[in-house]
Amino acid sequence: MMLIPCPWCGPRDESEFHYGGQAGVAYPDDPGALTDAEWARYLFFRDNPKGPFRERWSHTAGCRRWFSLVRDTVTNEIVA
Amino acid sequence: MAGLMPAPAPGGDLPEHPDRLWRTPEPKAAYDVVIVGGGGHGLATAYYLAKNHGITNVAVLERGWLAGGNMARNTTIIRSNYLWDESAGIYEHALKLWEGLEEELDYPILFSQRGVLNLAHSLQDVRDSVRRVHANRLNGVDAEWLDPGQVREVCPIVNISPDVRYPVHGATYQPRAGIAKHDYVAWGYARAADALGVDLIQHCEVTGLRISGGRVTGVHTTRGAIGAGRVALSAAGHTSVVAAMAGIDLPLQSHPLQALVSELLEPVHPTVVMSNAVHVYVSQAHKGELVMGAGIDTWNGYGQRGAFHIIERQMSAALELFPVFARAHVLRTWGGIVDVTPDASPIVGLSGVDGLYLNCGWGTGGFKATPGVGWCYAHTIAHGEPHPLNAPFSLERFVTGALVDEHGAAAVAH
Repeated sequence: MMLIPCPWCGPRDESEFHYGGQAGVAYPDDPGALTDAEWARYLFFRDNPKGPFRERWSHTAGCRRWFSLVRDTVTNEIVA
Repeated sequence: MAGLMPAPAPGGDLPEHPDRLWRTPEPKAAYDVVIVGGGGHGLATAYYLAKNHGITNVAVLERGWLAGGNMARNTTIIRSNYLWDESAGIYEHALKLWEGLEEELDYPILFSQRGVLNLAHSLQDVRDSVRRVHANRLNGVDAEWLDPGQVREVCPIVNISPDVRYPVHGATYQPRAGIAKHDYVAWGYARAADALGVDLIQHCEVTGLRISGGRVTGVHTTRGAIGAGRVALSAAGHTSVVAAMAGIDLPLQSHPLQALVSELLEPVHPTVVMSNAVHVYVSQAHKGELVMGAGIDTWNGYGQRGAFHIIERQMSAALELFPVFARAHVLRTWGGIVDVTPDASPIVGLSGVDGLYLNCGWGTGGFKATPGVGWCYAHTIAHGEPHPLNAPFSLERFVTGALVDEHGAAAVAH
């Protein structure tokens, strides 16, 4: 069980959180202009690094706010 | 006490090591085919390349020891009761191969067709399950719908009382499903592939892919460069890492998937029971351990370990379904890294780089497919185009939208 630092509530057990995957995936500015390949990339493709990963978490059992952090996917160390 | 021989050191009187099942060759400068990953899929692919296609100048490169990744960590469940025609095709092909695999490999794999129950806990579960039974039958996959009383006849220790949090409303039943001894499967394929001339090279990690003019020409490894006419990835949870060496992005997310075993018990559990809703899947190994699998940890991870609260949730689910397990002790828990796709179906086929092939995205359910995917992937590599059974599982489907959504039949929460 990870101890995750919620920016508003402080460190809490992982079981209070919901995982949101890769951070910084923006909705396309003009979705209608995208090719099928570009749409597929937006919809289905996410980074999957072995090492530091910037990701989204939501403190669903607490303040319910979303935030981003950087976690090492090998050690689970939260590095930023 | 001068004159007496000293007692042998503890363990010093062991018998000779038995004969090895395969050679330990040095890597050659080049091969016709290099397979990256010495798990069940890689070994089966090597075997069928040699056996079905006469391609024997093949190396299987494994960064650790053979079959020490997910092949050593799965819960050994074999079944083919998937919803869609595409899935039924490849999983049922695999199941038919399982049924003849001991004879094929001339090696015991303890394949036991003890059947699988997939429990339904809600009205929607019942509707989905009955639909799946009909779909299975149309595809020639054995399937029955059982009411709670019939579930109890197949597996007397399942709690079918109506006053539990998630009552059992019935189950799908595939009698031909079962389990096999995962290590023996790997060793059987490894031994047979080695005998046909395949080089199995352990402790050889691929560190780079050599690509020239849009065509793969070899791999860089911790044991030097190795030339290759074709390179076939079969690296499960690490596929994204290897593919990135060729600049290929894949729609994969790697997650921990945990499982556990109990101490050895008398035979109490005659079949395999899976439950999507309360989330556990249970069988009893030949030796007597209860083998139980959990859902994935939600976050991306390469650490081969997951969180304890996942195990706790899995145990509470198991205890509600099987009150008789209350006094059983957990002996060991572990995790593997599974590569999950958006539609819970695998990617098997071309990569966009000539001579480089993909087999990945099996997520939580790759073991059962081992013979089938080995067969089809070998065909893909030998002919440079997919076998009809793996053609639907292309990388392009994420662009065309022809997804094979098996989140329901995959039976492991993603």
